Amino acid sequence: MAIRLVFLGRLEDAAGAGEREVAVAPTLAAVLAGLEPELASVLSGDRIRLARNGELVAPDAAMRLADGDELAFLPPVSGG
Amino acid sequence: MDAEVLLLADRFEPAARIARFTAAHPASGGVVSFIGQVRAGDGVEVLELRHYGPLTLPGMEALAARARTRWQVDGLLVIHRTGLMSPGDPIVLVAAAARHRRDAFAAADFLMDHLKSESWFWKRERANGEWCWIEPREADFADLARWG
Repeated sequence: MAIRLVFLGRLEDAAGAGEREVAVAPTLAAVLAGLEPELASVLSGDRIRLARNGELVAPDAAMRLADGDELAFLPPVSGG
Repeated sequence: MDAEVLLLADRFEPAARIARFTAAHPASGGVVSFIGQVRAGDGVEVLELRHYGPLTLPGMEALAARARTRWQVDGLLVIHRTGLMSPGDPIVLVAAAARHRRDAFAAADFLMDHLKSESWFWKRERANGEWCWIEPREADFADLARWG
């Protein structure tokens, strides 16, 4: 029973690892509430996009989550 | 019209790729290509590009499809590296083959602007032993705005 969190780019440094498994929580807000407050604040930033199970979604705090979900936090990109 | 879109974890040879692409489009009067390489200097020792599997390659493919609907091109080639690179290593290659050169120039330019500031890549570099994430530049967003 877990939710997998993926931290891209500089968020990896903020989280201390590129991925983390957390206990299943009913909503995005509940997942964030279970993290270090500093990390939760960074992940809630305006410029952070969110993907749920590989698809971009609007970061809605009330979004319902299920066991096995993957949430990826995506900061501004820098490619090329 | 064909589009080859690749995400590569290992070094590639742009010249060989361009030669093969050009040979595959004998009816195209023009082929425009752009190579991005790891810039030497500022003490940069290594550059690393990270990506997110579920989004990065599908996003690149969707980008190529958009370029294809916008300009009259016969073929597109989009190659982007991930992983660790050294100064001088190629990071990205885009090429567009078209009957007439303006379409090829525009399609390649469009692809590059969107790969830089809209595709799912995160870049960091190690200089003087310290890793540092590279933030997007304002100029990259201005470049993107040109396309409406």
